Amino acid sequence: MTIELTINERIVCVAEGSTVLDACAKAGVKIPTLCYHPDQQIKANCRICLVEVSGQRSLQPACAYPAQSGMAVYTSTPRVREARKTILELMLASHPRACLECPRNLKCELQLLANELNISESPFPRYERQVPADLSTPSLKRVPEKCINCRRCVHACLVTQGIGILYTSERGQETVVQTVGREPLGDLSCVLCGQCLQVCPVGAITEIDDTDKVWAALADPKKHTLVQVAPAIRVALGEEFGQDPGGIVTGKLVSALRMLGFDKVFDTDFTADLTIIEEGHEFLERLKEGESLPLITSCSPGWIKFAEHNFPNLLRHLSTCKSPQQMFGALAKTYYAQSSGHNPRDIYVVSVMPCTAKKFEARRPEMQDSVYPDVDVVLTTRELARMLKQAGIVWEALAEEAFDTPLGISTGAGVIFGATGGVMEAALRTVYEVVTGEELGRLDFTAVRGMEGIKEADIEVGKQAIRVGVAHGLQNARLLMEQVERGESPYHFIEIMCCPGGCIGGGGQPIPTTNAIRQKRIAATYLADESMVLRKSHQNPAVTTLYEEFLKRPLGLRSHELLHTHYTPRTK
Amino acid sequence: MKYYRAHVLICSGSNCAIKGCQTIKDALVAVLNKHELQSEIKVVDTGCLGWCEQGPSMVIYPEGVMYSRLKNSDMDEIVTEHLLKGRFVHRLMTQSTDTLGLASPLNMTPFFQKQRRVVLKNCGLINPERLEDYIHAGGYTALATALDKYAPEEIIAMVLDAGLRGRGGAGFLTGKKWSYTKAALGEPKYLICNADEGEPGTFKDRLILEGDPHLIVEGMAIAAYAIGASKGIIYVRGEYDLSIKRMEQAVLQARENGILGEGVLGSGFNFDIEVCAGAGAYVCGEETALIESIEGNRGEPRFKPPYPAEKGLWGLPTCVNNVETLANIPAIIENSPTWYRSLGTENSPGTKVFTLTGNITNSGLIEVPMGITLREIIYDIGGGIPQGRRFKMAQTGGTSGGCLAEEHLDLPMDYDSLASHGSSLGSGALLIMDDSHCILDLTHCFLKFFVHESCGKCTPCREGTPALYKLIGKMTAGQGNQDDLELIHRLARTMQDSSLCALGQTAPVPVLSAFRHFWPEVEAHMTGNCLAHKCFSGRGSKHDH
Repeated sequence: MTIELTINERIVCVAEGSTVLDACAKAGVKIPTLCYHPDQQIKANCRICLVEVSGQRSLQPACAYPAQSGMAVYTSTPRVREARKTILELMLASHPRACLECPRNLKCELQLLANELNISESPFPRYERQVPADLSTPSLKRVPEKCINCRRCVHACLVTQGIGILYTSERGQETVVQTVGREPLGDLSCVLCGQCLQVCPVGAITEIDDTDKVWAALADPKKHTLVQVAPAIRVALGEEFGQDPGGIVTGKLVSALRMLGFDKVFDTDFTADLTIIEEGHEFLERLKEGESLPLITSCSPGWIKFAEHNFPNLLRHLSTCKSPQQMFGALAKTYYAQSSGHNPRDIYVVSVMPCTAKKFEARRPEMQDSVYPDVDVVLTTRELARMLKQAGIVWEALAEEAFDTPLGISTGAGVIFGATGGVMEAALRTVYEVVTGEELGRLDFTAVRGMEGIKEADIEVGKQAIRVGVAHGLQNARLLMEQVERGESPYHFIEIMCCPGGCIGGGGQPIPTTNAIRQKRIAATYLADESMVLRKSHQNPAVTTLYEEFLKRPLGLRSHELLHTHYTPRTK
Repeated sequence: MKYYRAHVLICSGSNCAIKGCQTIKDALVAVLNKHELQSEIKVVDTGCLGWCEQGPSMVIYPEGVMYSRLKNSDMDEIVTEHLLKGRFVHRLMTQSTDTLGLASPLNMTPFFQKQRRVVLKNCGLINPERLEDYIHAGGYTALATALDKYAPEEIIAMVLDAGLRGRGGAGFLTGKKWSYTKAALGEPKYLICNADEGEPGTFKDRLILEGDPHLIVEGMAIAAYAIGASKGIIYVRGEYDLSIKRMEQAVLQARENGILGEGVLGSGFNFDIEVCAGAGAYVCGEETALIESIEGNRGEPRFKPPYPAEKGLWGLPTCVNNVETLANIPAIIENSPTWYRSLGTENSPGTKVFTLTGNITNSGLIEVPMGITLREIIYDIGGGIPQGRRFKMAQTGGTSGGCLAEEHLDLPMDYDSLASHGSSLGSGALLIMDDSHCILDLTHCFLKFFVHESCGKCTPCREGTPALYKLIGKMTAGQGNQDDLELIHRLARTMQDSSLCALGQTAPVPVLSAFRHFWPEVEAHMTGNCLAHKCFSGRGSKHDH
């Protein structure tokens, strides 16, 4: 059923159940919003989207107000403009307005809105929110004085991730989003996923910026600098340079990193392939022994921390494989150091990750199996973009180049690690062929693809029927884990990714990352997979060589030393 | 059944309790015991009689003599003189005596004469802790009649015909609200009695709950029957210990006697009530914030629509009614809508309970027909302004209401007349101020309340109330200028027009009302003159602490 209403005297038809905001969009009218987020429940608290609705005494928030047949909506009357101006000025009165020193400068929704509404200052009495900044984690920085109380982060933490560390505290003008008990994030069961940051309209939550460390390493002649790039970066970085979401920019990414001055530009996809070999064998072993099933993937550091805090008794179910990032670091300072003749002390490994939790993972004490930290510093997609801009690299002018070898050689199976269901699909491609010795007819396991919160599939591997489950977003992960806890899990193998959509929707990705954008990055990921010559991890020639020259065999002694890890039960 | 030759009714309402009514009662009982009168004289704890100014007080029947401002030491004399010798203790008497030496009837005293007690009919007369007392006073006949004689639709029609409007502040037609909930889909439906009375200077619901808790149980049961609700919740302000205790007691008694639970009064209608204590936030008086609070969430209003009638508590159809609204229901059923309409005015039928406070001789709880003038309330019932001072203003409806000036003394007190003067009946608070007060200083003080109570959810209220408070503070400090005035007006307009709930929408009312009715006095501040000599004297903004 469609209904007809007017927006500024012009007729527009929308589906029943639409909001006034939807109708305005359809009518080609942009309504300013702040608390509204397309993937979240309507909050209607910022009031910036107010419009006049016929028959209503007061102004109504377009984001929440249902469009009704015959309704007349006015979006830019003097009354509406005055209210919006006053509301924005009130927000600015309790906001530091220190734009130049803010990481969100020029990308801040409040700043952009002030600009659009032609507001440069606030006539209202200044209010300073006396809440200290939280710098307690290697991943996230919280600056509550910048908070505008839109509560998008509260929703992300509580509803998207099912954690609920962030909540609204105090009342009146002292109202502010706080952590449980006002404890620093580092002392809480925060998994550092950065989904709060991803939805913050201002700079109240940002990543810890590590770009200076990388600049210093690049400038240090003694350092042999390696960079590894996660699968999800190549389908998102272009957005930082104004490209539409869904573009694949692998070639430009590689040449840009070379221009920054990295000695070698490698690919985390290589160790993603390696992960499949190790984890695939681990799975087959557990399947044979019937122990600690379901096996659960361990690539996602936010998920790992979540499991340690919330399901400390089920850690035996986690694969002992390190994440591809950490496998890369461990090999860079052992295998690569040996084969390239570098002293591991001088090798400096930088990761470019779609993830804020990776910064924490790199600092875990168990991640130093080469004696040195496996990974020296982790940059998010956004930090890398910042560096490229700082270096004066013109995105449009970049040529396309290829990764260095051998740690830059990969397959399509490595690429799809970036999307939810990808690790599972990659594992199935390999496990099937290893077990049956037959070639897979169809490589695409579409049942595990897409944005559905929990997905499952049944696969015949030889004589064995295997049931696999895939969850992304910790709210969904919790559901699968509770099944495991009750002993009712129907699965043999589970893939869990912390962030909605998987790594392509991570907390380190370009802002905005909405579900619509996630879909486009996912589509690009599978496109990248299809365009690869090799699409199964066990076909990766560099991985084969690695086993021949160095690791000897999957789950072997060296693998255990360098590629596998253990987990730490933590409190809630 | 036991008979007593005299009954001593002692007010046990919260206002008298503060003044020590419990020790008065203990002292009285001790004296009675000393004279071995315990089997002849019955001492009864009652609810509030309303004349709080005179408390602690007691009424002795059969003579109907009221003694007030009592001390423990007065008990000897009352027992030996009045109860043993039959002589009045004139120095403690509230009433005068006539030539025959009889006390003038209590209801003929100026304080009671112009009152019309429908909601408060049992307050001060029965022991609220005894179900028998309520039934003896005719209680639960309306519920029995409703269940026996009328279909739910007929009850709603009667309440509509009576023209009863919500007594919580907004004045929405109760029958209409009920019909929306009845028509909504979803089971179970909830009936919530809003007893989260938080408006400064308002204590009517508290004294109704304390004085006649079964009246609320009965009103709720009838309402629930009408709308098809099987679950009732009384959400009582957390500080109202006695109200909570008495309501819990009443609900238990009703349940034990077949008035609540499965098959109410032997009918096929099931209904039970739960008493729920609030946690102190003013905003939880707003119906959707109240619902959030019951659900265990932070007390904040929800966006409407959907309205609670459609999606309320736990997402199910819910009707939220104020205590006083529900207290009117049994009388309407018992006496007919026509009778109800004989009270009050055309558009505001019935009576209204007010709490009279501030610079007034007789502060307390009163119930008057709608449409009575402010002058009658202040000078006839209230006994005028004390200390020979002059009336300056009355704030109606609590902090979120507006103020009325001397020229409004003859304004009829009803929903529409007050609304047309930028004020409201609101919660029934009537704060009377004499001419020693400065309007701007008072306004500044009222705003401080909102600054404290804004829940923080929406921007105009969260940021706007403190901004308004500071701007008015600037004026009381003698630093206001023309730009500030314009800013105040713009801010007030935006807050009224764009806040999420009534708190933010009404927070500017004290300011606008002061500007409207006392402009010369406000304007004088711009040139450094505070006509009441309250502002500037080196204190700056005195409410800043």
